[in-house]
Amino acid sequence: MKFKDHFKEGLLTKNPVTVQLLGMCSTLAITTSLFNGLGMGLAVTVILICSNVLISALRKVIPSQIRIAAYIVIIAGFVTIVDLLLQAYLQALSESLGVFIPLIVVNCIILGRAEAFASKNGVLASALDGLCQGFGYTVALVIVCVIRELLGSGTFGGGILNGGEGIRIIPEGFPAMQMVMPVGGFLVLGFVIAGSQWLMRRLERRNKKKEAV
Amino acid sequence: MEGAYMQALLGILFSAVLSENFILVKFYGICPFMGVSKKIDTALGMGMAVTFVMALASAACYGVNLVLEALELQYMQTVVFILVIASIVQVVEMFLKKSVPALYKALGVFLPLITTNCAVLGVALVNVQAGYDFLLSVVNGAAGGLGFTLAIVLFASIRERVDKSECPQAFKGFPIALITAGLMALAFMGFSGMKIF
Repeated sequence: MKFKDHFKEGLLTKNPVTVQLLGMCSTLAITTSLFNGLGMGLAVTVILICSNVLISALRKVIPSQIRIAAYIVIIAGFVTIVDLLLQAYLQALSESLGVFIPLIVVNCIILGRAEAFASKNGVLASALDGLCQGFGYTVALVIVCVIRELLGSGTFGGGILNGGEGIRIIPEGFPAMQMVMPVGGFLVLGFVIAGSQWLMRRLERRNKKKEAV
Repeated sequence: MEGAYMQALLGILFSAVLSENFILVKFYGICPFMGVSKKIDTALGMGMAVTFVMALASAACYGVNLVLEALELQYMQTVVFILVIASIVQVVEMFLKKSVPALYKALGVFLPLITTNCAVLGVALVNVQAGYDFLLSVVNGAAGGLGFTLAIVLFASIRERVDKSECPQAFKGFPIALITAGLMALAFMGFSGMKIF
């Protein structure tokens, strides 16, 4: 498969969040500011690429009866490495993501890609797949983050821009606090998935029209 | 038992079920919450299986953590806990299959899914971070599971009804389910003002 196809799959047609509905816990829990979303997305992408590469390299060595257990150990190893690195060098991120960093171990995206792709394909293809799927995950997270942050705290780029406070777009007192609370997570993700379903159907229809012409 | 300890215990119990509900407030275990909530009976089965495993895992991880602390290997927590949970799930599955076939039939299909349920690993990690003792850990695990069961059964019963109603094409399936869950979370927010102790 070509890079372009992989990329399109990861970003839209097989996006891990909006289409495969994997890794929902972190998508809902930490998407309250751009900083969190980007950080989580990058952490997952790095772990996904590493675990895909290692699992793909070992795919002929791991007996198929115990493959799930083996995958989990490999993934947990990388998660621990990333967790410790974040604690050492990016303490702010590590504190704001909290227990959801170790919980990347049970993020179904990583185990799902290991089982569905890395266990059947070569090392390079698996690395590419990890990169594209991770990118799709990050994009979905960032979209949810931007909407929630704008509606909930009225800012953009919280945690990164403007000395960590973010650029204020809606004046203080007006934003709906609930959007950065659990309610907002469910509602915004619902609308984002609905939006992506609408977009995909539109693209499909346009493709069909092109074929008909 | 001392009064203060009893209060902490009851506080954990109530907050894990209601005001700090594992799914609707803390977002642990969303995958099974979305995946296994199309029918009330399967939702109940999943809830029971999760409660059982969460209580067991809390107990086991408490013990394992003591060993890790003694060896100064705390950084291995994540790896070791997930292995412990995976083996607990496996053992529970084998035990139920041999000795309680009726229960196995009811819970069997859900058990393998529980290994990757973040509620189980989540509760184990939270217990350690909060420094709960053995009893508090187990109560937190069991109560978290009960909260999970409550949320998933309520959600399944709403979903059965929602599936029959009309809704815009783009919202069919998961989007409308997520919005339903959002409204439930809004309702559960009401408990956060309730401080029993």
